Amino acid sequence: MKVHLHSRTQATALIAAAAVSVLPSIALGATPELSDAAGNYGITSASRIHFTVAQAGGGGGIVGDFGKFSGNFRIDRNDIDRSTVEFTLYPESVKTGEKRIEDFLKSSAVFDTSNYNTVTFRSTNVKQTGPDTAAVEGTLTARGTSRKERFSVTLLDWNRGSIAFNIRGSIHRSPYGMDVGTPIYSNVVEFDMNIKGQRH
Amino acid sequence: MLRNDKTGFGWITIALHWAIAALILVLLALGFIMRRVPIDPAMQFSLYQWHKSLGFTVLGLAVIRALWHVVEIRPAPSSTLGALERRAASATHAVLIVLALAVPLAGWAVASTSTLNIPSFYFNWLIIPHLPMEKSAGAEDLWTLVHMVLAYGLLLVVALHASAALYHHAARRDDVLIRMLRARSRQRAASQAAGANPLIAGRKKP
Repeated sequence: MKVHLHSRTQATALIAAAAVSVLPSIALGATPELSDAAGNYGITSASRIHFTVAQAGGGGGIVGDFGKFSGNFRIDRNDIDRSTVEFTLYPESVKTGEKRIEDFLKSSAVFDTSNYNTVTFRSTNVKQTGPDTAAVEGTLTARGTSRKERFSVTLLDWNRGSIAFNIRGSIHRSPYGMDVGTPIYSNVVEFDMNIKGQRH
Repeated sequence: MLRNDKTGFGWITIALHWAIAALILVLLALGFIMRRVPIDPAMQFSLYQWHKSLGFTVLGLAVIRALWHVVEIRPAPSSTLGALERRAASATHAVLIVLALAVPLAGWAVASTSTLNIPSFYFNWLIIPHLPMEKSAGAEDLWTLVHMVLAYGLLLVVALHASAALYHHAARRDDVLIRMLRARSRQRAASQAAGANPLIAGRKKP
Protein backbone atom coordinates (compact mmCIF):
# COMPACT_ATOMS: atom_id res chain seq x y z
CA MET A 1 0.00 0.00 0.00
CA LYS A 2 1.76 3.04 -1.27
CA VAL A 3 -0.07 5.28 1.06
CA HIS A 4 1.15 3.75 4.27
CA LEU A 5 4.81 3.85 4.32
CA HIS A 6 5.22 5.34 7.73
CA SER A 7 6.08 1.92 9.04
CA ARG A 8 9.37 2.42 10.80
CA THR A 9 10.82 -0.55 9.08
CA GLN A 10 10.27 0.76 5.57
CA ALA A 11 13.21 2.28 3.79
CA THR A 12 13.41 5.59 2.00
CA ALA A 13 13.13 3.84 -1.33
CA LEU A 14 9.62 2.77 -0.46
CA ILE A 15 8.72 6.30 0.54
CA ALA A 16 9.98 7.44 -2.83
CA ALA A 17 7.83 4.83 -4.54
CA ALA A 18 4.86 6.00 -2.53
CA ALA A 19 5.53 9.59 -3.49
CA VAL A 20 5.46 8.59 -7.15
CA SER A 21 2.12 6.93 -6.62
CA VAL A 22 0.50 10.14 -5.43
CA LEU A 23 1.87 12.23 -8.27
CA PRO A 24 -1.34 11.92 -10.27
CA SER A 25 -3.20 13.32 -7.28
CA ILE A 26 -0.78 16.17 -7.10
CA ALA A 27 -1.32 16.80 -10.77
CA LEU A 28 -5.03 17.03 -10.06
CA GLY A 29 -4.32 19.42 -7.28
CA ALA A 30 -5.62 17.15 -4.52
CA THR A 31 -2.29 16.68 -2.72
CA PRO A 32 -3.52 14.28 -0.05
CA GLU A 33 -1.27 13.46 2.82
CA LEU A 34 -0.03 9.91 2.73
CA SER A 35 -1.53 9.28 6.11
CA ASP A 36 -4.91 10.37 4.80
CA ALA A 37 -5.76 6.79 3.86
CA ALA A 38 -5.47 5.75 7.48
CA GLY A 39 -8.81 5.30 9.10
CA ASN A 40 -11.81 3.06 9.44
CA TYR A 41 -13.67 1.76 6.43
CA GLY A 42 -16.80 -0.21 5.80
CA ILE A 43 -16.80 -2.71 2.97
CA THR A 44 -19.38 -1.58 0.42
CA SER A 45 -21.76 -3.66 -1.65
CA ALA A 46 -19.90 -2.53 -4.78
CA SER A 47 -17.22 -5.04 -3.78
CA ARG A 48 -16.99 -8.31 -5.70
CA ILE A 49 -16.31 -11.66 -4.05
CA HIS A 50 -15.39 -13.93 -6.92
CA PHE A 51 -14.25 -17.54 -6.65
CA THR A 52 -13.19 -20.37 -8.93
CA VAL A 53 -12.87 -24.08 -8.29
CA ALA A 54 -10.96 -25.77 -11.09
CA GLN A 55 -12.23 -29.06 -12.49
CA ALA A 56 -10.46 -32.16 -13.72
CA GLY A 57 -9.62 -32.07 -17.40
CA GLY A 58 -9.77 -28.28 -17.59
CA GLY A 59 -12.88 -26.42 -18.62
CA GLY A 60 -14.47 -23.72 -16.57
CA GLY A 61 -14.84 -25.40 -13.22
CA ILE A 62 -17.21 -23.80 -10.76
CA VAL A 63 -17.14 -20.04 -10.99
CA GLY A 64 -19.23 -17.74 -8.92
CA ASP A 65 -19.72 -14.75 -6.68
CA PHE A 66 -21.12 -14.09 -3.26
CA GLY A 67 -23.68 -11.31 -3.36
CA LYS A 68 -24.08 -10.65 0.37
CA PHE A 69 -21.25 -9.80 2.72
CA SER A 70 -20.20 -7.16 5.18
CA GLY A 71 -17.05 -6.08 6.93
CA ASN A 72 -14.81 -3.35 8.18
CA PHE A 73 -11.15 -2.62 8.12
CA ARG A 74 -8.89 -0.17 9.81
CA ILE A 75 -5.72 1.15 8.25
CA ASP A 76 -3.29 2.12 10.94
CA ARG A 77 -1.98 5.66 10.69
CA ASN A 78 1.52 4.86 11.88
CA ASP A 79 2.12 1.24 11.11
CA ILE A 80 0.48 -0.60 8.23
CA ASP A 81 1.29 -3.89 9.96
CA ARG A 82 -1.08 -2.95 12.75
CA SER A 83 -4.03 -2.65 10.42
CA THR A 84 -6.98 -5.01 10.87
CA VAL A 85 -9.85 -6.42 8.88
CA GLU A 86 -12.97 -8.38 9.72
CA PHE A 87 -15.22 -9.79 7.06
CA THR A 88 -18.44 -11.77 7.04
CA LEU A 89 -19.77 -13.66 4.05
CA TYR A 90 -23.30 -15.03 3.72
CA PRO A 91 -22.95 -18.19 1.65
CA GLU A 92 -26.67 -18.39 0.90
CA SER A 93 -25.99 -15.48 -1.48
CA VAL A 94 -23.76 -17.59 -3.72
CA LYS A 95 -24.37 -17.11 -7.44
CA THR A 96 -22.98 -19.38 -10.15
CA GLY A 97 -25.51 -19.01 -12.96
CA GLU A 98 -26.80 -22.57 -12.36
CA LYS A 99 -29.43 -22.98 -9.67
CA ARG A 100 -28.66 -26.64 -9.04
CA ILE A 101 -25.03 -25.81 -8.30
CA GLU A 102 -26.08 -22.95 -6.02
CA ASP A 103 -28.48 -25.24 -4.15
CA PHE A 104 -25.74 -27.84 -3.84
CA LEU A 105 -23.27 -25.27 -2.47
CA LYS A 106 -25.85 -24.13 0.10
CA SER A 107 -26.73 -27.71 1.07
CA SER A 108 -25.25 -29.83 3.82
CA ALA A 109 -22.69 -31.04 1.24
CA VAL A 110 -20.84 -27.72 1.22
CA PHE A 111 -21.70 -24.58 3.22
CA ASP A 112 -24.64 -26.10 5.10
CA THR A 113 -26.27 -22.68 5.28
CA SER A 114 -29.18 -23.86 7.42
CA ASN A 115 -26.71 -24.56 10.23
CA TYR A 116 -23.89 -22.15 9.42
CA ASN A 117 -25.17 -19.00 7.82
CA THR A 118 -21.90 -17.09 7.79
CA VAL A 119 -18.26 -17.51 6.85
CA THR A 120 -16.05 -15.08 8.74
CA PHE A 121 -12.51 -13.84 8.51
CA ARG A 122 -10.66 -11.91 11.19
CA SER A 123 -7.14 -10.74 10.56
CA THR A 124 -4.45 -11.61 13.05
CA ASN A 125 -1.42 -10.31 11.20
CA VAL A 126 -0.86 -7.82 8.40
CA LYS A 127 2.47 -7.46 6.73
CA GLN A 128 3.39 -5.06 3.98
CA THR A 129 5.12 -6.96 1.20
CA GLY A 130 5.75 -4.20 -1.37
CA PRO A 131 4.97 -0.60 -2.20
CA ASP A 132 1.32 -1.43 -2.82
CA THR A 133 0.97 -4.98 -1.57
CA ALA A 134 0.43 -6.70 1.73
CA ALA A 135 -0.18 -10.16 3.12
CA VAL A 136 -3.07 -10.53 5.51
CA GLU A 137 -3.19 -13.52 7.76
CA GLY A 138 -6.19 -14.32 9.84
CA THR A 139 -8.72 -16.78 11.11
CA LEU A 140 -11.24 -18.09 8.61
CA THR A 141 -14.26 -19.76 10.15
CA ALA A 142 -16.59 -21.88 8.04
CA ARG A 143 -18.86 -24.74 9.05
CA GLY A 144 -17.69 -24.44 12.62
CA THR A 145 -14.02 -24.88 11.76
CA SER A 146 -11.50 -22.07 12.26
CA ARG A 147 -8.17 -22.08 10.54
CA LYS A 148 -5.39 -19.69 9.78
CA GLU A 149 -5.47 -18.52 6.17
CA ARG A 150 -3.53 -15.98 4.19
CA PHE A 151 -4.59 -13.54 1.49
CA SER A 152 -2.49 -11.25 -0.62
CA VAL A 153 -3.68 -7.70 -1.01
CA THR A 154 -2.93 -5.23 -3.76
CA LEU A 155 -3.97 -1.61 -3.59
CA LEU A 156 -5.99 -0.66 -6.65
CA ASP A 157 -7.25 2.80 -6.04
CA TRP A 158 -7.49 5.33 -3.29
CA ASN A 159 -8.92 8.75 -2.62
CA ARG A 160 -9.97 10.67 0.43
CA GLY A 161 -13.25 8.89 0.94
CA SER A 162 -12.71 5.41 -0.37
CA ILE A 163 -10.13 2.79 -1.13
CA ALA A 164 -10.10 -0.32 -3.30
CA PHE A 165 -8.05 -3.49 -3.04
CA ASN A 166 -7.71 -6.68 -4.98
CA ILE A 167 -7.46 -9.60 -2.60
CA ARG A 168 -6.48 -13.09 -3.64
CA GLY A 169 -6.21 -16.30 -1.72
CA SER A 170 -6.15 -20.03 -2.29
CA ILE A 171 -8.18 -21.83 0.33
CA HIS A 172 -8.23 -25.59 0.74
CA ARG A 173 -11.80 -26.66 1.38
CA SER A 174 -11.25 -30.13 2.83
CA PRO A 175 -10.23 -28.89 6.32
CA TYR A 176 -13.65 -27.23 6.56
CA GLY A 177 -15.49 -30.44 5.78
CA MET A 178 -16.27 -29.26 2.25
CA ASP A 179 -14.23 -31.76 0.27
CA VAL A 180 -17.25 -33.08 -1.64
CA GLY A 181 -16.59 -33.58 -5.33
CA THR A 182 -12.82 -33.96 -5.09
CA PRO A 183 -10.92 -34.89 -7.19
CA ILE A 184 -13.34 -33.98 -10.00
CA TYR A 185 -13.31 -30.51 -8.52
CA SER A 186 -10.14 -29.11 -7.05
CA ASN A 187 -9.69 -29.01 -3.31
CA VAL A 188 -8.48 -25.43 -3.75
CA VAL A 189 -10.88 -22.53 -4.01
CA GLU A 190 -9.27 -19.53 -5.67
CA PHE A 191 -10.66 -16.28 -4.35
CA ASP A 192 -10.30 -13.14 -6.41
CA MET A 193 -11.98 -10.28 -4.62
CA ASN A 194 -12.23 -6.60 -5.33
CA ILE A 195 -12.94 -4.94 -2.04
CA LYS A 196 -14.14 -1.37 -1.92
CA GLY A 197 -14.01 0.45 1.39
CA GLN A 198 -15.94 3.58 2.26
CA ARG A 199 -14.52 5.67 5.02
CA HIS A 200 -16.70 5.75 8.15
CA MET B 1 -13.19 -73.46 -23.04
CA LEU B 2 -13.25 -69.75 -23.87
CA ARG B 3 -15.04 -69.82 -27.17
CA ASN B 4 -18.61 -70.81 -27.93
CA ASP B 5 -19.33 -73.80 -30.07
CA LYS B 6 -22.50 -75.20 -31.56
CA THR B 7 -23.33 -77.03 -28.38
CA GLY B 8 -22.90 -74.27 -25.80
CA PHE B 9 -21.42 -71.03 -24.56
CA GLY B 10 -17.75 -70.46 -23.78
CA TRP B 11 -16.45 -68.60 -20.76
CA ILE B 12 -16.02 -65.30 -22.65
CA THR B 13 -19.74 -65.13 -23.48
CA ILE B 14 -20.69 -66.27 -19.99
CA ALA B 15 -18.41 -63.76 -18.25
CA LEU B 16 -19.66 -60.89 -20.44
CA HIS B 17 -23.26 -61.94 -19.86
CA TRP B 18 -23.07 -61.98 -16.07
CA ALA B 19 -20.78 -58.96 -15.72
CA ILE B 20 -23.15 -56.86 -17.83
CA ALA B 21 -26.18 -58.32 -16.02
CA ALA B 22 -24.79 -57.52 -12.57
CA LEU B 23 -23.74 -54.02 -13.60
CA ILE B 24 -27.13 -53.29 -15.16
CA LEU B 25 -28.91 -54.26 -11.94
CA VAL B 26 -26.53 -52.17 -9.82
CA LEU B 27 -26.93 -49.23 -12.20
CA LEU B 28 -30.71 -49.44 -12.12
CA ALA B 29 -30.63 -49.46 -8.31
CA LEU B 30 -28.15 -46.56 -8.20
CA GLY B 31 -30.16 -44.63 -10.76
CA PHE B 32 -33.33 -45.08 -8.76
CA ILE B 33 -31.73 -44.15 -5.42
CA MET B 34 -29.88 -41.10 -6.68
CA ARG B 35 -32.93 -39.70 -8.48
CA ARG B 36 -35.96 -40.81 -6.51
CA VAL B 37 -34.88 -41.26 -2.91
CA PRO B 38 -34.28 -38.18 -0.73
CA ILE B 39 -30.65 -38.62 0.28
CA ASP B 40 -27.76 -36.53 1.53
CA PRO B 41 -26.60 -34.24 -1.32
CA ALA B 42 -22.93 -35.20 -0.94
CA MET B 43 -23.91 -38.89 -1.09
CA GLN B 44 -26.07 -38.14 -4.10
CA PHE B 45 -23.13 -36.52 -5.90
CA SER B 46 -20.98 -39.54 -5.11
CA LEU B 47 -23.64 -41.98 -6.34
CA TYR B 48 -23.90 -40.04 -9.61
CA GLN B 49 -20.17 -40.43 -10.17
CA TRP B 50 -20.32 -44.16 -9.41
CA HIS B 51 -23.28 -44.46 -11.75
CA LYS B 52 -21.33 -42.75 -14.52
CA SER B 53 -18.15 -44.81 -14.07
CA LEU B 54 -20.09 -48.08 -13.89
CA GLY B 55 -22.22 -46.98 -16.83
CA PHE B 56 -19.15 -46.37 -18.99
CA THR B 57 -17.92 -49.80 -17.92
CA VAL B 58 -21.18 -51.35 -19.14
CA LEU B 59 -20.89 -49.41 -22.37
CA GLY B 60 -17.41 -50.82 -22.96
CA LEU B 61 -18.50 -54.35 -22.12
CA ALA B 62 -21.67 -53.99 -24.20
CA VAL B 63 -19.64 -52.95 -27.23
CA ILE B 64 -17.47 -56.06 -26.80
CA ARG B 65 -20.59 -58.16 -26.22
CA ALA B 66 -22.27 -56.83 -29.37
CA LEU B 67 -19.18 -57.44 -31.51
CA TRP B 68 -18.79 -60.87 -29.94
CA HIS B 69 -22.43 -61.61 -30.74
CA VAL B 70 -21.78 -60.75 -34.39
CA VAL B 71 -18.47 -62.53 -34.90
CA GLU B 72 -18.71 -65.52 -32.56
CA ILE B 73 -20.47 -68.79 -33.23
CA ARG B 74 -23.92 -68.88 -31.66
CA PRO B 75 -24.74 -72.15 -29.98
CA ALA B 76 -27.81 -73.90 -31.30
CA PRO B 77 -30.87 -73.21 -29.12
CA SER B 78 -31.72 -75.88 -26.60
CA SER B 79 -33.44 -78.75 -28.31
CA THR B 80 -36.41 -78.34 -25.99
CA LEU B 81 -37.34 -74.98 -27.55
CA GLY B 82 -40.11 -74.74 -30.10
CA ALA B 83 -39.84 -72.56 -33.22
CA LEU B 84 -41.79 -69.67 -31.66
CA GLU B 85 -39.69 -69.83 -28.51
CA ARG B 86 -36.52 -69.72 -30.56
CA ARG B 87 -37.71 -66.65 -32.40
CA ALA B 88 -38.80 -64.96 -29.17
CA ALA B 89 -35.51 -65.83 -27.50
CA SER B 90 -33.29 -64.49 -30.26
CA ALA B 91 -35.40 -61.33 -30.56
CA THR B 92 -35.09 -60.77 -26.79
CA HIS B 93 -31.34 -61.32 -26.94
CA ALA B 94 -30.98 -58.83 -29.80
CA VAL B 95 -33.06 -56.23 -27.90
CA LEU B 96 -30.94 -56.78 -24.77
CA ILE B 97 -27.73 -56.32 -26.71
CA VAL B 98 -29.01 -53.11 -28.34
CA LEU B 99 -30.39 -51.67 -25.08
CA ALA B 100 -27.16 -52.46 -23.23
CA LEU B 101 -25.56 -50.08 -25.74
CA ALA B 102 -28.36 -47.54 -26.00
CA VAL B 103 -28.97 -46.94 -22.30
CA PRO B 104 -25.38 -45.96 -21.43
CA LEU B 105 -25.08 -43.94 -24.65
CA ALA B 106 -28.19 -41.97 -23.64
CA GLY B 107 -26.65 -41.54 -20.18
CA TRP B 108 -23.49 -40.20 -21.79
CA ALA B 109 -25.69 -37.77 -23.72
CA VAL B 110 -27.21 -36.60 -20.41
CA ALA B 111 -23.75 -35.88 -18.98
CA SER B 112 -22.74 -34.20 -22.24
CA THR B 113 -25.75 -31.90 -22.60
CA SER B 114 -26.09 -31.06 -18.91
CA THR B 115 -25.68 -27.41 -18.04
CA LEU B 116 -23.95 -28.63 -14.86
CA ASN B 117 -21.02 -29.55 -17.12
CA ILE B 118 -19.65 -32.06 -14.63
CA PRO B 119 -16.65 -33.90 -16.09
CA SER B 120 -16.91 -37.67 -16.41
CA PHE B 121 -13.88 -38.73 -14.39
CA TYR B 122 -13.85 -42.50 -14.86
CA PHE B 123 -13.21 -43.95 -11.39
CA ASN B 124 -11.24 -40.76 -10.62
CA TRP B 125 -8.68 -42.00 -13.07
CA LEU B 126 -9.45 -40.95 -16.62
CA ILE B 127 -11.41 -38.05 -18.07
CA ILE B 128 -13.97 -39.28 -20.57
CA PRO B 129 -14.83 -36.35 -22.84
CA HIS B 130 -18.39 -35.23 -23.33
CA LEU B 131 -20.06 -36.09 -26.61
CA PRO B 132 -20.02 -33.15 -29.02
CA MET B 133 -23.52 -32.00 -28.14
CA GLU B 134 -24.85 -28.61 -27.25
CA LYS B 135 -25.49 -28.03 -23.57
CA SER B 136 -28.95 -26.79 -22.73
CA ALA B 137 -31.63 -27.44 -20.16
CA GLY B 138 -33.93 -28.68 -22.94
CA ALA B 139 -31.41 -31.16 -24.34
CA GLU B 140 -30.53 -32.39 -20.85
CA ASP B 141 -34.22 -32.92 -20.01
CA LEU B 142 -34.83 -34.75 -23.27
CA TRP B 143 -31.84 -37.10 -22.87
CA THR B 144 -32.70 -37.67 -19.23
CA LEU B 145 -36.14 -38.80 -20.34
CA VAL B 146 -34.70 -41.01 -23.10
CA HIS B 147 -32.16 -42.52 -20.69
CA MET B 148 -34.88 -43.22 -18.13
CA VAL B 149 -37.40 -44.71 -20.57
CA LEU B 150 -34.74 -46.93 -22.17
CA ALA B 151 -33.47 -48.00 -18.73
CA TYR B 152 -36.94 -48.99 -17.52
CA GLY B 153 -37.51 -50.68 -20.88
CA LEU B 154 -34.28 -52.59 -20.36
CA LEU B 155 -35.41 -53.59 -16.88
CA LEU B 156 -38.62 -54.94 -18.39
CA VAL B 157 -36.78 -57.00 -21.02
CA VAL B 158 -34.29 -58.24 -18.40
CA ALA B 159 -37.23 -59.37 -16.25
CA LEU B 160 -38.76 -61.17 -19.22
CA HIS B 161 -35.42 -62.78 -20.13
CA ALA B 162 -34.72 -63.89 -16.55
CA SER B 163 -38.26 -65.19 -16.05
CA ALA B 164 -37.96 -67.24 -19.20
CA ALA B 165 -34.65 -68.70 -18.03
CA LEU B 166 -36.08 -69.53 -14.60
CA TYR B 167 -39.19 -71.00 -16.18
CA HIS B 168 -37.05 -73.25 -18.36
CA HIS B 169 -34.94 -74.27 -15.39
CA ALA B 170 -37.71 -74.87 -12.88
CA ALA B 171 -40.72 -75.87 -14.94
CA ARG B 172 -39.34 -77.19 -18.18
CA ARG B 173 -36.26 -78.64 -16.48
CA ASP B 174 -34.03 -78.12 -19.49
CA ASP B 175 -30.50 -76.70 -19.79
CA VAL B 176 -31.40 -73.13 -20.91
CA LEU B 177 -30.20 -71.55 -17.63
CA ILE B 178 -27.49 -74.09 -16.88
CA ARG B 179 -25.64 -73.47 -20.09
CA MET B 180 -25.22 -69.79 -19.24
CA LEU B 181 -23.80 -70.77 -15.85
CA ARG B 182 -21.11 -73.23 -16.91
CA ALA B 183 -19.19 -73.58 -20.08
CA ARG B 184 -19.34 -77.18 -21.09
CA SER B 185 -16.18 -78.94 -21.99
CA ARG B 186 -16.19 -80.71 -25.29
CA GLN B 187 -15.88 -83.90 -23.34
CA ARG B 188 -18.97 -83.13 -21.29
CA ALA B 189 -20.81 -82.07 -24.38
CA ALA B 190 -19.92 -85.39 -25.90
CA SER B 191 -20.94 -87.31 -22.82
CA GLN B 192 -24.18 -85.35 -22.63
CA ALA B 193 -24.87 -86.35 -26.17
CA ALA B 194 -24.56 -89.87 -24.81
CA GLY B 195 -27.15 -88.96 -22.15
CA ALA B 196 -24.71 -89.08 -19.23
CA ASN B 197 -24.29 -85.41 -18.29
CA PRO B 198 -24.62 -85.36 -14.49
CA LEU B 199 -25.60 -81.68 -14.52
CA ILE B 200 -28.86 -82.21 -16.27
CA ALA B 201 -29.23 -85.90 -15.87
CA GLY B 202 -32.79 -86.62 -14.91
CA ARG B 203 -33.88 -83.00 -15.55
CA LYS B 204 -35.46 -83.74 -18.89
CA LYS B 205 -39.02 -84.76 -18.85
CA PRO B 206 -39.39 -88.45 -19.36
